[in-house]
Amino acid sequence: MSRIVVVGYGPTAHRLVETLVSTGFGGRITVIGEEPRPAYDRVHLTSYLSGTSAEDLTYEVPSGVATRLDTRVTGIDRAAKHVTTAGRGAEPYDVLVLATGSAPFVPPVPGAEHAHVYRTIEDLDAIRTAAKDAAEGVVVGGGLLGLEAADALRALGLKTHIVEMSPWLMPRQVDEGGGAVLRRHIERLGLGVHAGAGVQEILHKDGQVTGLRKPDGTVIDAQVVVFSAGIRPRDELARAAGLTVGPRGGIVVDYGMLTEDPSIYAVGECALAGGMVYGLAGPCNAMAEVAADRIAGGSATFEGADLSTRLKLLGVEVAQFGAMDGALDVTYMDPVAGVYKKLFISDDARTLLGGICVGDAGPYASLRPFVGKALPAAPSDLLFGGAGASLDLPDEAQVCSCNNVCAGDLRTAVADRGVTDVPGLKACTRAGTTCGSCVPMLKRLLETSGVEVGTALCEHFAYSRAELFEIVRVRGITTFSQLVAEHGQGRGCDVCKPAVASILASLHNGHVLEGERAALQDTNDHFLANMQKNGTYSVVPRIPGGEITPDKLIVIGEVARDFGLYTKITGGQRIDLFGARVEQLPDIWRRLVEAGFESGHAYGKALRTVKSCVGSTWCRYGVQDSVGLAVLLELRYRGLRSPHKLKSAVSGCARECAEARSKDFGVIATEKGWNLYVCGNGGFKPRHADLLASDLSTEELIRTVDRFLMFYIRTADRLQRTSTWLESLEGGLGHLREVIMEDSLGICADLDARMGHHVDTYADEWAATLDDPEKLGRFVSFVNAPGVPDPSIAFERERGQIKPVMSR
Amino acid sequence: MTWTPVCAYDHLLPERGVCALVGGRQVAVFRTHDGTLHALDNRDPFSGAYVLSRGIVGTRKGEPTVASPLHKQVFSLVSGACLDEAEVSVPVYPVRLAGGRVEVRVR
Repeated sequence: MSRIVVVGYGPTAHRLVETLVSTGFGGRITVIGEEPRPAYDRVHLTSYLSGTSAEDLTYEVPSGVATRLDTRVTGIDRAAKHVTTAGRGAEPYDVLVLATGSAPFVPPVPGAEHAHVYRTIEDLDAIRTAAKDAAEGVVVGGGLLGLEAADALRALGLKTHIVEMSPWLMPRQVDEGGGAVLRRHIERLGLGVHAGAGVQEILHKDGQVTGLRKPDGTVIDAQVVVFSAGIRPRDELARAAGLTVGPRGGIVVDYGMLTEDPSIYAVGECALAGGMVYGLAGPCNAMAEVAADRIAGGSATFEGADLSTRLKLLGVEVAQFGAMDGALDVTYMDPVAGVYKKLFISDDARTLLGGICVGDAGPYASLRPFVGKALPAAPSDLLFGGAGASLDLPDEAQVCSCNNVCAGDLRTAVADRGVTDVPGLKACTRAGTTCGSCVPMLKRLLETSGVEVGTALCEHFAYSRAELFEIVRVRGITTFSQLVAEHGQGRGCDVCKPAVASILASLHNGHVLEGERAALQDTNDHFLANMQKNGTYSVVPRIPGGEITPDKLIVIGEVARDFGLYTKITGGQRIDLFGARVEQLPDIWRRLVEAGFESGHAYGKALRTVKSCVGSTWCRYGVQDSVGLAVLLELRYRGLRSPHKLKSAVSGCARECAEARSKDFGVIATEKGWNLYVCGNGGFKPRHADLLASDLSTEELIRTVDRFLMFYIRTADRLQRTSTWLESLEGGLGHLREVIMEDSLGICADLDARMGHHVDTYADEWAATLDDPEKLGRFVSFVNAPGVPDPSIAFERERGQIKPVMSR
Repeated sequence: MTWTPVCAYDHLLPERGVCALVGGRQVAVFRTHDGTLHALDNRDPFSGAYVLSRGIVGTRKGEPTVASPLHKQVFSLVSGACLDEAEVSVPVYPVRLAGGRVEVRVR
C-alpha cells in the first residue's frame, strides 16, 4: 500500500487529494501544512473581510486523508525517502508531492519589515487590526492581487493608494488603452493611482508605519502598507534536496508533473511547468488532477493552460483571453461609459487570437472559446453585438478554465445524463464551481442545446411559479378556477394548488380558507394547524421575538393541561402544543385568542419567527435593542405568505447569539445601527447569510427587508428557500443589492406598495375563523357526527406527557 | 345493504373532502369541480392515519384524484388505486345524491 505524502496544504494540494480520494485510490495519504488550518478558498479570500468566516472558506478534508497542520517541513531525504519537520519527527513516503505554493514577493527596501502581505487568513487578520486605527493605506503592486488588496483596504475604510511599477495597472491583463479606462474607474472610487512608480523606502517611527517614499522622493502618507507585487515559487525544499529549479525559481517538472526524482512530483505555484510558473486557480487545478492521475497509474499530461481571466475588481469588470497581441486589432473605446474592448485578429482577418475588455466583460464569455478558431462574425458585430448569444461553440472549446470543462463535456451531460439546469451541470461536470465566470455560458449552452429547460410547474401549468405570479399580479386574477381556465388545464394537483394558494395570499392577503381557496390549501394550511403523523395537529401561538409575559405563559400552560396536550419549546423560540384533534382546534384557539394570542403561522409557507437575544436592554455586551427590533419585524411581516417558509433573527452584538446568519434575513447590531444579512439557511445544505448592507438605521433596514422579501416572493421558484434562490439568481448578491438598494430595475415603488398592502390588510386568521360559523363548521372529525372524536387516535404516556400510538 | 345519509349536498365545498362515520367505518366523501360525488376509505394505507379526506383534490391526466396530506401519494377517486404505487389501493364506496342529500353505502 503506497504512502503518499503531500507537502503544503493549499487549494492545489486539496484538489490533488480530493481527486485521489474520489477515484478510489487505495494508498495512505498524509498532507503536511504549515498553516493552522486545512486548505481554503483563495479565489474569494477578500470576502473574509466582509463577513465570510474562515470556516466558510475552508474546504472539507476528504475522508481518509491524514493531516498534520501547523507543521513546517524542513528537508527531504531522497535516499531514505522521508521528509523531516520542525520538531515534529520525520514522515516516510513512497511518493512525495510538493505543493508548497508561492510566497508574496517583498522588495528588499528599508522598512519593508513593517509592511503586510496579502496571502493567508492570518495576513488579513493582521491587516484588519492595523487598519483599525489607520486612515490611509498603500498597496504596492497594481496587478490582479494588488487591486484585490486595495479593494480590501477601501472596504476597511482607509483612503487607499496603489503603487505600480509599469505605466498602467494590471499590465499582464490589459494594454495601455485598457489601463487608462481602468485607471479612470479606480480614481473615480477615490483611490490614488501611482503608475510607473516604485518603492524606495517604507517610513516608520518607533515601529509604526508613517508612509512610503517613492524613488522621485515624494512621500505617500500611510499607516498601513501591503505588498502584493508578484509571487516567488517556494522551491527551497527542492533546491536543498538537489532537485533542478528554474533560473527565476520553480521546481522543474515534466508533462506528468514529475521532477527528476521518479518518486517526487510538484504541482501548483511552486512548479515550473513548460518553463512557466502558474498563479491562477485553473492551471493549478489542472496540474493537481494530472499528478493525481499519474500517481494512480494513469498517463495524463499537462500542456500548459489558458491564462484567460475574467474578474470584477473594485466594481470594474476586467477580462483578458487568448493572446495579448496580434497582426490586426479592432478596438472600441468609450471613456465616458468607461468601456474598452479590443480584439486581436490574424493578418488574414479570419482567426480570433485574443481580446481585452475593461468595464464590460460580455465578450469574454462568448468569445473566449473561439480563440484560435475562425471568427464567428465580423469583429465589429462581436464588439457591439452584445454577448453574441447565437454563437454555437465547437465541442473542444473550453468553457470553464478553472476545471478544464469544454463545451463537448457539457453537451454530453445534457444529452446522456438528462441534465436540464445549471445546478445540474455544475454537479455533473464541476463547471462553474470555482470562480463562476462561465455560468452565463452554461446557461446559454443549455438554451442552445435544445434542452427544453423544465420550468413548467406541473401538467396543469406550463409556467414557472414566478411566471404564474406575474400572470396573477398583472391580470388581477383572484381564483384558481379563473387562472387554470385561462392559463392552464385540468383541475390542478398537490404541486400547483398550494403554489397558487400562496401567490393569491401574497398578493391579496384575504383569509386562506375563504371560498374556493379552502380547497387549495396544503396539508397544514387546510386546518390552520400542523398535521402530525397520526392525523392530530399541533398548535403554535405567535410569541413575537420570543418575548412572553408570565400571564401568557400561564395561559399556554393551562390550555395545554386542560386539553391534555404535549408541550415543547420550538427552535423558533416559542411553544408548540401537540395532540389536538381537529374538532378541538376552535376551542383551543378561542382561549388563546381571548388571552391576546394570535396565529403563529407555523402551518404556513410564511414568516415563522424573528428570534432574538436580549440585546442592549439587559445584556452587558448588547449594542442595540435586538428584542425591540425582533418584535417590530415579526409584527410587520406576520402572516406574509411566501414561496417557502421565512425565518429571521436579530442579534444584539457581533457574538450573534440569535444565530441571525442561518436565517433567510438576519440582523446583527453594530454601534452605528444594523448589519443586514440575507439568504442564510440551516437545513440539509447549511449556508451562512451574506452581508447585504451595513450600519443601516432601523428605517433603512425595514425598507430594505420589505423590498428583499417582496422581490423574493415575486421571483423565486416553488418551494425555493432564499438560499437556493440567491444561488440561482443571475448576478447573485451584487444584482440583488442593485435591485433592492439602488432600484436598478425601477420596481422598488411597487415592492414597497406590496408590503404596505400586506401590513395594512393583515388580520389574524384564527380570530377571523372563530367569528365565521361557516368556516368553523368544517372543524369536525365527522360531518355526520360533529362531536365524535376520531376513534383511531390513541395516546400513551412517556416522560409525563402523551405520545401517539400508531394504529398500524 | 342500506344507504346512509351523511350530509346535505350543498354542505360539500367542491374539491374539499369531508369524512363521515358510517357503520364504524370512516368514509372520505368528495365533490369534484363538475359536481360528481366520490367516496373512499379515509385511511391512508402508507401511514395508517385516517386523513385522506383532508388531501388535495385534483386531476392526473384527466382522472380525478386526491393526494394524501402526509406524504402526497396520489389516489384515483374513481378506482381507489394509488397512481404512484401500483400494488396499493384504498376501498371505494358507492355514493349517491338523493333529494339534495349525500348517501353512502358500506357493505
